[in-house]
Amino acid sequence: MNPPSSHAVTGAILYLDGVSVSFDGFRALNSLSFTLEPGEMRAVIGPNGAGKTTMMDVITGKTRPDDGDVLFRQGTIDLTRHDEAAIAELGIGRKFQKPTVFESHSVADNVLLALKGPRDPLSALFGARNRIPAARIDAVLERVRLQEHRRRLAGELSHGQKQWLEIAMLLAQDPSLLLVDEPVAGMTDAETEATAELLKDINRDHSVIVVEHDMGFVRALGCRVMCLHEGAVLAEGSIDAVASNPRVIEVYLGR
Amino acid sequence: MITLRFVRFLEGRGLVFLALVAALVLLVPVCNLLVPPGSPFHVPTGMVVLLGKYLCYAMLAIGLDLVWGYCGILSLGHGAFFALGGYAMGMYLMRQIGTRGVYGHPVLPDFMVFLNWKELPWFWHGFDMFPYALLMVLLVPGLLAFVFGWLAFRSRVTGVYLSIISQALTYALLLAFFRNDMGFGGNNGLTDFKDILGFPVQAQGTRVALFVITGLALIGTFLLARMIVTSTYGKVLVAIRDAESRTRFIGYRVEYFKLVVFTLSAMIAGLAGALYVPQIGIINPSEFQPTNSIEAIVWVAVGGRGTLVGAALGAVVVNALKTVFTTGFLAPYWLFALGGLFILVTIALPRGLVGLAGDIFARFGGAGRGPTRAEAGQTP
Ligand SMILES: Nc1ncnc2c1ncn2[C@@H]1O[C@H](COP(=O)(O)OP(=O)(O)OP(=O)(O)O)[C@@H](O)[C@H]1O
Ligand SMILES: [Mg+2]
Repeated sequence: MNPPSSHAVTGAILYLDGVSVSFDGFRALNSLSFTLEPGEMRAVIGPNGAGKTTMMDVITGKTRPDDGDVLFRQGTIDLTRHDEAAIAELGIGRKFQKPTVFESHSVADNVLLALKGPRDPLSALFGARNRIPAARIDAVLERVRLQEHRRRLAGELSHGQKQWLEIAMLLAQDPSLLLVDEPVAGMTDAETEATAELLKDINRDHSVIVVEHDMGFVRALGCRVMCLHEGAVLAEGSIDAVASNPRVIEVYLGR
Repeated sequence: MITLRFVRFLEGRGLVFLALVAALVLLVPVCNLLVPPGSPFHVPTGMVVLLGKYLCYAMLAIGLDLVWGYCGILSLGHGAFFALGGYAMGMYLMRQIGTRGVYGHPVLPDFMVFLNWKELPWFWHGFDMFPYALLMVLLVPGLLAFVFGWLAFRSRVTGVYLSIISQALTYALLLAFFRNDMGFGGNNGLTDFKDILGFPVQAQGTRVALFVITGLALIGTFLLARMIVTSTYGKVLVAIRDAESRTRFIGYRVEYFKLVVFTLSAMIAGLAGALYVPQIGIINPSEFQPTNSIEAIVWVAVGGRGTLVGAALGAVVVNALKTVFTTGFLAPYWLFALGGLFILVTIALPRGLVGLAGDIFARFGGAGRGPTRAEAGQTP
């Protein structure tokens, strides 16, 4: 593969060009292209089945695209050549649409497992990961206000708390790019607001892509918005520009 | 300070378990060798052998629990690793027979003379030396598990598919070891052992010593397994069991974690098999039977999956039941009883005997203790 060397590539932390994915003939991603600047936060909206989650699957190595380029860190890394664990190590973290935490581990252990650091079997068995100071875990839990729950099993948490625990795991992992899939589903208004603040705070030193249906939340993020439809970008710009775009209105109302 | 840390490391039931095994290791020799046969406290030698056999099974169960209970890999082939360890020990014992065989050949075991073989096959060399045989006891099952795991885990074979190919593995070995030309004694296997390390295998003292060694090996296995499951490595195993792809997405190479624990578990099984053979006095291809591997899964489920003590306890309890069943008129019904037990435990006691004991203890002992992390998740 010959990475193109325009500024779009060399300046971007993430660069997708002509990415297509088909499932049994159905095109979930249809020549999807976009770039994300370092330090940028991008909100992604789009009707059900638009391909938002599939896009994240491609970036994180879960799904291999049939076609197209997926480049990371100024075009230096071809993500399609790496698997999930390698991509996580390269610095891309992900929160899933359906919150997935390790239910039979305590909240603190969930964070412990996610914390940045060596991840080979040997260091897990004898190495540094067994001597992580509790303060490091607490510091992360404090940011998502779960510190009182540190000893509880993650499986006992409410839906919203699980979402936060997953964000805490992302924080612990400290990736340079965060992919956050529907973080406020099932949250109260107050929780949603707090999550928006948290993501904005995280965005100070991380690049972030947030997929969300909740327009109030997207507005609160105050970042560039991109609308996906049938596996491609339908519109991109400020929230007001995208929300008033006739084609965007059509795909949302048409459903 | 260190003692306190050790107690916390073991948890209550681990301590009880160690105390029980230690008591057996101390008392059984006394009650067999020193207490006269007429006394009610006398333990007959046959009983010593039976208990030794149970302890070997308990070791196998702990190894199996590491992969199944903690990491969710439902291996239906662990009997093969047990049998391979047994064969490695059997080969050492065969070489110790020397000229005392029926044909009196100084080097070749009887079955080879019978087959008209002129010299020892290459893979039998070295087995006259105990340290070499001991190495093979660990290495052969370990290597097979490593190769199997390398192929299966890297191509992400999981769930029922993995169970099926592990079952196929033990079945293939069963067929192979049945063949006379394989050089492992065909369907008769290896037997008629005379000495181990110069001591007569059949002697009462040797039998007691083998029992003690098995007890100590079980304690060692338990401590090793406990160290693994309390480390972060153990937490990663449980994470893999509960949400494998999530574990990959936070950067763990799941296949390596599985490979290490699977290989180690096979080595534990091999060691258990090696201790089993001199006590039982025979190893033959029936040890590779697929049902053996399935029975081992039942032990773990009955005792309590994801609790090391439960796995060991399950092995002893189910085998004690089996002994009672298969020595009486109930013998033809054993497999039905085993199947029934498995269904009963799966439905009524998903956390096994240890879970049940914990609940009773919490209700009557007052000291309510929540489920430990590993056993709380009950995803099959
Ligand atoms: N593994 C798969 N196999 C088959 N089809 C799939 C697979 N994953 C996704 N799809 C299909 O691809 C399309 C895009 O799915 P995707 O999950 O990316 O949508 P989404 O934009 O995240 O939708 P939602 O808002 O509902 O989460 C859907 O029609 C879905 O059914
Ligand atoms: Mg989605």
